[in-house]
Amino acid sequence: MRETPPLAAKPPGAGNGGARLVRIILPIVVLAAGIAAWDLVVRINDIPPYVLPGPGLVFKTLIDDWSILSQSLLTTLWTTLEGFVAAAIGGIALALLFNQSKWLEYSLLPYAIILQVTPVIAIAPLLLIYLPQQTAVIACAWIVAFFPVLANTTLGLNSVDRNLAGLFQLYGASRAQTLRYLKLPAALPYILGGLRIAGGLSLIGAVVAEIAAGSAGAGSGLAYRIAESSYRLNIPRMFAALLLLSAAGIVIYMLLGLASHLLLRRWHESALGKEN
Amino acid sequence: MAGPAPALSGVDASPGTGFAVSLRGVTKVYDSGVVALGGIDLDVRKSEFVSLLGPSGCGKSTALRLIAGLSAATTGVVRVAHRGAQAGHSIGFVFQEPTLMPWTSVRENVRLPLKLAHMPGEKADARVGEALAQVGLAEFADAYPRELSGGMKMRVSLARALVTDPDILLMDEPFAALDEITRFKLNNDLLALWRNLHKTVIFVTHSVFESVYLSQRVIVMTPRPGRISAEFRIDAAEPRTEEFRTSAEYAGHCRAVSIALADACGEKRAS
Repeated sequence: MRETPPLAAKPPGAGNGGARLVRIILPIVVLAAGIAAWDLVVRINDIPPYVLPGPGLVFKTLIDDWSILSQSLLTTLWTTLEGFVAAAIGGIALALLFNQSKWLEYSLLPYAIILQVTPVIAIAPLLLIYLPQQTAVIACAWIVAFFPVLANTTLGLNSVDRNLAGLFQLYGASRAQTLRYLKLPAALPYILGGLRIAGGLSLIGAVVAEIAAGSAGAGSGLAYRIAESSYRLNIPRMFAALLLLSAAGIVIYMLLGLASHLLLRRWHESALGKEN
Repeated sequence: MAGPAPALSGVDASPGTGFAVSLRGVTKVYDSGVVALGGIDLDVRKSEFVSLLGPSGCGKSTALRLIAGLSAATTGVVRVAHRGAQAGHSIGFVFQEPTLMPWTSVRENVRLPLKLAHMPGEKADARVGEALAQVGLAEFADAYPRELSGGMKMRVSLARALVTDPDILLMDEPFAALDEITRFKLNNDLLALWRNLHKTVIFVTHSVFESVYLSQRVIVMTPRPGRISAEFRIDAAEPRTEEFRTSAEYAGHCRAVSIALADACGEKRAS
């Protein structure tokens, strides 16, 4: 879509409150301008809906097909959530294991990396052969999303202040205590960073797996709807489903950002206001 | 000397001797081959305030870590007197940096040693409150470390070291990073604490003036390998105040210690 940035945008805000308002308003202005341009292009060139539907038609489809699309949205979101939870648990657990035992790290890390660098779109068809479809979809989401959690958690666990570690040693802290009171809190900002990446990636993983499963299975997620609509040349519905996918991604990102902010706001630089 | 010794070896054989810490022929060679300590003999009496003074890299921090049990001596014997079963908690350690956990409040930072020892909540609360009061931070219990100034962070660190009511306080250049005004203030507060609580204090510093002002005894160390090159007894009238800091007696001690320190560094250059 062509998006024409508004040339007459407001000048950067005068004060802090102003700057904040501008940061919210500017993207909205860009969005409105983009939609207007899109609508204009469709109208002026008289483009038929099966080539490019106008924004109005997409919106109308979204409402008309809401019963089908909402069902698909829920399916995809559920898959994403399962993949995300699996990635979070798997990534953090693996990082903890690696942190406790160098032997395990040396043995398994190369395979974690191989899993990460092999494109999931190429693995998905294989997974669909060997696993039940629902499991395969979750497995895909997991494969894409767990590595950032693993890498970030490992980094966090290794960035513990050396003097604090010495202090724990001095007071005879057990391994479990060191983990709970020192390593995990110190790693928390890193873990949350990993989870923010993993949230978006697990949605991508779920979509990839649904597309791969699309023609074969009984999937009814949003990506499956997109594939199906494409076969039927139901372009407006494709756009509507795409819109929902983007919205889902944005909401996931914002929720994880909010969670991160709430957990870190009292102490971590990343969550502190710049004016402090 | 004897073979490799455990850093914290047994209970003081005869409590009557009155030594809190005793090092005999202690050396420390790091894996890199650097000889940090080249044979140290040191006795610190109970309730004594001793400073280890020397240039950077003379092994004074290493000596402190050996006494704390944070690393093991290569050869020699480190003896630390402690009360009954509470082995680990007879020592409080204050690091160069405040070394606070940024993710939790002042109160929780100070409570940490008690939490690690599984002390029940109410008893721990009382101890934490007491320790914070001792360093004058009672109202800041709920603040987070980032909200405090450098001097206040150091006080929190001191409160954390005091919370287990240790016999021995090990301090590793604790005030080196503070401005002079704050440092003088903390020096006075530390002296007051020491007078009231009768702790044994081993204080590592590279400031002649700080060591003379605080200590009953100043131990001057040579740079690598760290050895004891001179020892001064500072017999000033107690309690020491700002008046002592500007007295001729203080200046005289500082001059003598400075000369010894210069010698200690000079020896090294000559060899």
